[in-house]
Amino acid sequence: MPIDPHSIRQRFPLLTRQVHGKPLVYLDNAATTQKPEGVLEAMDHYYRALNSNIHRGVYTLAQEATDRYEEVRQAVARFLHAPAAHEIIFTRGTTESINLVAQSFGQRYLREGDEVVVSVMEHHSNIVPWQLACQRSGARLKVLGIDGQGRLDMDALDAILGERTRLLALTQVSNVTGRIHPVREIIRKAHALDIPVLIDGAQSAPHLAVDVQELDCDFFAFSGHKAYGPMGIGVLYGKERWLEEMPPWQGGGEMIDRVTFEETTYNELPYKFEAGTPAVAEALGLKAALDFMEAVGMPGLHALETELMAHAWKKLEGFPGMRLYSAVEDNAGVISFLLDGIHPYDLGTLLDRFGIAVRTGHHCAQPLMDHWGVPGTVRLSVAAYNTTEEIDIFAEALEKCAAILA
Amino acid sequence: MSIDDRAAALEQEFAQFGEWLDKYNYLIELGKSVPSIDPQFRTDSYLIRGCQSRVWLHARLEDAVIRYSADSDAVITRGIASMLIRVLDGQPPDAVMGADLSFIDRIGLKEHLSPTRSNGLLAMLKQMKLYAYAFQAREKAGGKS
Repeated sequence: MPIDPHSIRQRFPLLTRQVHGKPLVYLDNAATTQKPEGVLEAMDHYYRALNSNIHRGVYTLAQEATDRYEEVRQAVARFLHAPAAHEIIFTRGTTESINLVAQSFGQRYLREGDEVVVSVMEHHSNIVPWQLACQRSGARLKVLGIDGQGRLDMDALDAILGERTRLLALTQVSNVTGRIHPVREIIRKAHALDIPVLIDGAQSAPHLAVDVQELDCDFFAFSGHKAYGPMGIGVLYGKERWLEEMPPWQGGGEMIDRVTFEETTYNELPYKFEAGTPAVAEALGLKAALDFMEAVGMPGLHALETELMAHAWKKLEGFPGMRLYSAVEDNAGVISFLLDGIHPYDLGTLLDRFGIAVRTGHHCAQPLMDHWGVPGTVRLSVAAYNTTEEIDIFAEALEKCAAILA
Repeated sequence: MSIDDRAAALEQEFAQFGEWLDKYNYLIELGKSVPSIDPQFRTDSYLIRGCQSRVWLHARLEDAVIRYSADSDAVITRGIASMLIRVLDGQPPDAVMGADLSFIDRIGLKEHLSPTRSNGLLAMLKQMKLYAYAFQAREKAGGKS
């Protein structure tokens, strides 16, 4: 049965608000999505009916909260098609997930002269943790380039992966251009050389069906808040064989087996990597977000977004002075662009006056902006609740802004 | 004219516009009308780096008043910069240091001077006051010797 995008929209209370006296047109979904009622209710319900510190409690309330929390881990494992729930580590978000691997994997496996490979399209969150890990270990960071269409340079990949490469860290979908990279093929190439691969799934998990077993990635990171869930909860999937070998990265409660001043032994997976009281309400919110996405279905979500994007491309492609930094094909819902002679800050500022939220600037990807030689771009990014009417409002406003700024 | 008089004049000019669109059009025009920074100062040494837009600022002391010039790569930022220049240029250092710039708020452009906006304007304003402080310190030191 076809899904009516307007019925999806009704689940998102924030989308009814106005900005500068105009209906909000929220097109900054690659930064964070809005939250459906189910997510808000789950978080509210936790504090009203379940709040207690999880694990270890012998009383009913703590047991209930613990069960609900662990159900989320199961749900995330299903969402990612992970083989086992103990391969799912809760973090604060993609950034923390990548930092966890950079610190822990880095401590265990990175030595002087080793190499870590990233691409020029990475978000700062998938660059800086590796720079820090390289500084600590004496390893080197190597950068995979892109071609004129924003595709990863597959020829260069063969040359850049070598004997000293200890890890390849790549985004599945660019947060700047929306380009979907052929990570499955890349992972296969890396694995042929025994190189493990971390996939930054911050922009892919909300839009594409992810199957970590099919991808065969060694690590996969994503954030709840970019996938209709709350801020402050994220996920790291890691293959058991790596997670077992990797040392803990933060010490505290929960992650220990037995503590004495002479020696501490660590808890088993996944708790070894989860020191301190976790964000339980946020985890339950994440579960509600996954439920929402599963209820619509990832193919359904993708179909809605594809239709929106087709409409957006039609509106933008012929636009006078349009310089596109995204491509139509292999795109997960992002259009990055500039208008000739118009600064993205000016355009973003005026679009806001029309009630339109788009992102302007470098999108936490300064190396990519330097690669293109631009100060930043304007980025429109869609979610399942956006409508073609909103795209029309955006296009009309863009025309008016261009007239003011030309 | 004092800083307050100049600010009041600007406020009055903006008061004629009821629509935000006209306000921004005027702001952009203001940016165009102010003489731009000398190209020799449009360099990294005079650059105030914002996350969203860049601002160049130059200042010199001339006959006991500060002469400012500025530029930006974004026209709205340039417009606000030109307003700051219009009220603070040609004023003595102590007047700049104590300047009340709440007129920007009253005009309805406060958001552009927000610290989280990261357009370089708040840093520019701080830099303008720092210049004033430095010029005053230099004048005092010169007076004593």
